[in-house]
Amino acid sequence: MSTSISARPWAPPSVRRGSARVLALLVLALAAMALLSLALGSRAIPLGTVIDVLFRDDGSEAATIVHALRVPRTVLAVAVGIALGVAGALMQGHTRNPLADPGLLGVEAGASCAVVLAIYTLHIDSLAGYAWFALAGAGIAAAAVFAIGTTRGGPDPISLVLAGAAVSALLAAVTQAIVVRDAQTLDAYRFWVVGSTSGRSLSVFWEVLPFIALGLLLAAMSTPGLNLLQLGDDVAASLGLSPWRQKALGVAAVMLLTGAATAACGPVAFVGLVVPHLARRVGGVDYRWLVPYSGLLGGLLVTGADIVGRLVVKPAELQVGIVMALLGGPAFVLLVRRMRMVRI
Amino acid sequence: MAILHAVPLRIGAASWLLPVRAAMVSLTGVGLLLLLVAVDLSVGDFPIPVADVVQTLLGGGDTGQRFIVMELRLPQTTVAVAVGAALGLAGALTQTLARNPLASPDILGVTEGAAFGAVMVIVASGASGYGGGLISGRLQELGLPLAAFAGAILTATLLYAFSWRRGLDVQRLVLAGIGLGAALSAGTSYLLVNARIQDAASAQLWLSGSLTARGWEHGRPVLLALAVLGPGALLLVRSLNAMLLGDDAARGLGVRLQLIQLGVLVTAVGLASVSVAAVGPLEFVAFVVPQVALRLTGGSRPPVLASMVAGAILVVVADLVTRAVLPFPLPAGIVTAAIGAPYLIWLLVRTNRRRTA
Repeated sequence: MSTSISARPWAPPSVRRGSARVLALLVLALAAMALLSLALGSRAIPLGTVIDVLFRDDGSEAATIVHALRVPRTVLAVAVGIALGVAGALMQGHTRNPLADPGLLGVEAGASCAVVLAIYTLHIDSLAGYAWFALAGAGIAAAAVFAIGTTRGGPDPISLVLAGAAVSALLAAVTQAIVVRDAQTLDAYRFWVVGSTSGRSLSVFWEVLPFIALGLLLAAMSTPGLNLLQLGDDVAASLGLSPWRQKALGVAAVMLLTGAATAACGPVAFVGLVVPHLARRVGGVDYRWLVPYSGLLGGLLVTGADIVGRLVVKPAELQVGIVMALLGGPAFVLLVRRMRMVRI
Repeated sequence: MAILHAVPLRIGAASWLLPVRAAMVSLTGVGLLLLLVAVDLSVGDFPIPVADVVQTLLGGGDTGQRFIVMELRLPQTTVAVAVGAALGLAGALTQTLARNPLASPDILGVTEGAAFGAVMVIVASGASGYGGGLISGRLQELGLPLAAFAGAILTATLLYAFSWRRGLDVQRLVLAGIGLGAALSAGTSYLLVNARIQDAASAQLWLSGSLTARGWEHGRPVLLALAVLGPGALLLVRSLNAMLLGDDAARGLGVRLQLIQLGVLVTAVGLASVSVAAVGPLEFVAFVVPQVALRLTGGSRPPVLASMVAGAILVVVADLVTRAVLPFPLPAGIVTAAIGAPYLIWLLVRTNRRRTA
């Protein structure tokens, strides 16, 4: 069939490939992890009870814990993980840069800056309130980055990344300038900025769901072209692809997904950067597999980190962003040490 | 507009490529830098005319002027110049080594390691000024830069050990650096979230990078590092050009790859570590300056000398702005970002227009 065009024709035949079986396995693993997330915490609830009260709210203490506390944070962790994982894979694919993090497009800095401004000037102090400002900030920053980094020939990834870094630095400067001058703002901000799933209600999830859904849709539309884009714009164009359209779709997807994830839980560092590297280890370099793998692995990782954060310092808890990086960092170093480098 | 980028220079059997445009940019930059230093020394609560400043520097001037210029203002300006040059050079080397415009010494874990060390000292010493912590007084004063320096060097060494496996693979190094850096900055966040708010506030101040009240004791290590490592970096330039072509091509051209890579890393890490110990993380400088210098000189990699000069200019301007322009005190790191970022944006917009026009 003509669809068997390989992006890396010189790759040895033993190269890792994606398969539907692994994908199904990852979906199952994610479901199991979500169930564990409902059961574990400072007060563990047996799995049987969890499933019972999940579908039949009997008003017991266990039911209250599951419905009021664990369901929202589990749903958020899964959604944020998927969003950041997919965004990371798209980002690295479109920039053809293995160091590209979805946060580089200025989205996280925009969200942070908007939240700090909201705390400082409007004295907003609810997490649901932060989410709206974070979304708006992320959107404005993304629009600015897109406007600066886009040439007439279409969005140029290197320019976009540099524009993102510049806009991020500018916004971070504003954030820092407020935070170093006002300790009260810092006190509220420092808990938001580490990235956490706790204390959020389901309404936050419904707030960001449309953005994540649209982002995933755009991601699905831009993914099939990514393999060809790896060969360079000219080759891709001569093979009948419109690089401009593909990149616009991809970048818009990254911005929507990252913005929504940041609005929901604060900036969860490291997921978008690392997950694609893990996914490449599982399923090779074909983006049609890499993107869904990254999404599922992202969900798995964030949910897992959230569970660990609840268990290690009971009855207090460690924020998911901190756990993610504290455990994920060294693990990633070990992984990098052992793997044959995949060149992109 | 045809600008000569480089002309070959031949003497007998030896030949060099003389980078005309880079040299012009560097020379113009040095002139601008000298002017800015003079202005930086002249402004303040007690303004001194620029002409008098120059005279004072050359040995003239009255006692009052000598005291203000030589004792009060010169140390801080020197720190600004030295740190800017060091960070510009470190950034240019790292970006060339990694062949990646996103690489900066932060990626080698230097900044995160230093931040973790420094924040640990700040949190352990109790809010600065309030005291009552584990570490106080003289120990705290000395301990902060020392802890930052130790954190930076330890992290970089650890990183090198981690990514060494039958030779050094730069991509492995960079990825491992990101992992290590993420873990360390999570550690810093953990300290910040659990610290008293006063401690968190003073840590935040250090984390922004500040030039205020920096004296010779801060400047000396940076100057020393520049004097030792700077000339070495200039010798590396020839090999860097070959390394741009890829590891295999560089080996083929006779570059002793492992040695050169180690040399580049030691230079970049050393310069970045002493800088971060002296003034805290001025993160954006090492990242943006080589990119700006590259766009000014129009070469194929960030230029070494022009990056040093541009870095020094950026930090001196930041010092000038924090001391003389702003009505309230603001850490210099915030100002370097606030100046550097719009400039990079302007450059991007301009080059994009030109390319498509």
